[in-house]
Amino acid sequence: MDTLLSLDAAAGTGDMPPGRVFGAYLAEARSECLRYLRAPGFMLPIMLFPGMFYLVFGVLMGRAEGTDATRYLLASYATFGVMSPGLFGFGVSLAVERDGGLLTLKRALPMPPGAYLLGKMLMAMAAAAIVVLLLLGLSQIAHVTLTPAQAGALLVTGMLGVLPFCALGMFVGTLIKGQGAPGLLNLIYLPMSFLSGLWFPLPMLPKVLQQAAPVWPSYHLDRLALAAVGMRQDALLPHVLVLLGFTAAFLVLATRRLRRYG
Amino acid sequence: MEMSTNPVARLQGAVKRYGALTAVDGLDLALHPGELLALLGPNGAGKSTAIGLLLGLQRADAGQVELFGQDPQRIQARRHIGVMLQDATLPPTLRVRELLRLTASYYANPRVLQETAELATVSDLLDRPYGKLSGGQQRRVQFALALCGRPRLLFLDEPTVGMDIEARQALWTAIRQLVGEGCSVLLTTHYLEEAEALATRVCVMARGRAIHEGTVDELRARVGVRRIRCISTLLPETVAEWPEVADVRVEGGRLQLTTAEAEVVVLRLLQSDAWLRELEVQRAGLAEAFTELTRDAAASSTDQREAA
Repeated sequence: MDTLLSLDAAAGTGDMPPGRVFGAYLAEARSECLRYLRAPGFMLPIMLFPGMFYLVFGVLMGRAEGTDATRYLLASYATFGVMSPGLFGFGVSLAVERDGGLLTLKRALPMPPGAYLLGKMLMAMAAAAIVVLLLLGLSQIAHVTLTPAQAGALLVTGMLGVLPFCALGMFVGTLIKGQGAPGLLNLIYLPMSFLSGLWFPLPMLPKVLQQAAPVWPSYHLDRLALAAVGMRQDALLPHVLVLLGFTAAFLVLATRRLRRYG
Repeated sequence: MEMSTNPVARLQGAVKRYGALTAVDGLDLALHPGELLALLGPNGAGKSTAIGLLLGLQRADAGQVELFGQDPQRIQARRHIGVMLQDATLPPTLRVRELLRLTASYYANPRVLQETAELATVSDLLDRPYGKLSGGQQRRVQFALALCGRPRLLFLDEPTVGMDIEARQALWTAIRQLVGEGCSVLLTTHYLEEAEALATRVCVMARGRAIHEGTVDELRARVGVRRIRCISTLLPETVAEWPEVADVRVEGGRLQLTTAEAEVVVLRLLQSDAWLRELEVQRAGLAEAFTELTRDAAASSTDQREAA
């Protein structure tokens, strides 16, 4: 009888104080960041490729063409670098965790709703910040002059600009399970970067590809990054709106698939 | 009586279909406070689906699913449960201490880390990355995660797979201690000895239904089969014709009979064979009872062997 009474009492108080709920969100985000920042297999490619490309094409080869080229490529490679923590951080981890049963366990546990995705999002933003800071550091070798406001703008652009790619990665992660995800994501990541002029400036690409570039979200993020480092003066709002719409669309698609198929 | 009106978890006429397959077909199951219910059954009997329904991972197509009187998809209901699933790959770069902290953060009133670690015997593993642990150690950590939130109901899905004998014994001790503290446990296992050692009640499933529910002794008694072994000059064919004998086999020169009426058969054996030696009568173990029960119900005989 005693156990019954206490059981009923406890069943009524399944609520948790808001402080503890917030703590759970925090713990989830902390764990996501820790586990990926500690995984060299994840962090190294994310930092190495944009860093190396920028060093070779931007800093060493771009020097001949003046700091404007180096400045232009800083924005482009920052965009390129920010895409991967979003795509891979979300896509690969979701695909692997759906396969390995971790997502099932998390859904069975009383984890607060959304903590899982929020944690991954913060992790991707942290990784994006690291990539942008690395590129900003490299740009100083080539004596690109940036005001603190410009550097800050690029950092913020990168950290928020990772979100559309989180949504896209999440959608891909719901389509495919397990180890097939990295291959598929590279098939999206690399062509998309090329087609939006992140490797070679758009005017160097064929006319058709130039005209098709606004289809890609990375094109719009690149425009914003260029504006952040003072390379463009045109209206930013359309690009922001496109990215917001893109994020929302893939988020809806992904959450619907997650809810339906787990 | 109050017990039966206040189960901690309950399925009532639950149905779950996957396309043409009906995984759970009108299942009734009630788990009461402080009891350990072992869910047994061949592969594909619907055990995992039944657990998935109770955890709120899937929605039932028909019937009722309740966890502490609430919908299991409500987080308030799940704050009272701990879960150990059959296969969950946890983040390999996180240390055991970090995993325990994270999982404990989901609960209103979790155990302190040290208490959890001692109960699950993982105190020596706290500072090691999960990915560097052996399979058995990883299972212990998963058990620690299941109990760290001070749950009132523990779901243990094949908890001792991959554990050595010592670790298994330690886990059994911990489970008994938790049940002693009033925690309810829903256990699925392929090891019938595990159910025999731990369960207050056993539910045998086949084809998405419960085909038997009761204590371990009741399950054995229900089948009521006994096994007689002896060295005899009688021919197996002769004995097989006796009406009370269900089955005859010869193993290592010994006659092995299965019967529901051991006394009658023993008497007849002694009367027919003056040279009878080494007579043994054994009650059938849970394994035999289980095989007997699921024989009719299971779809194919290969499934039964796997389960038994």
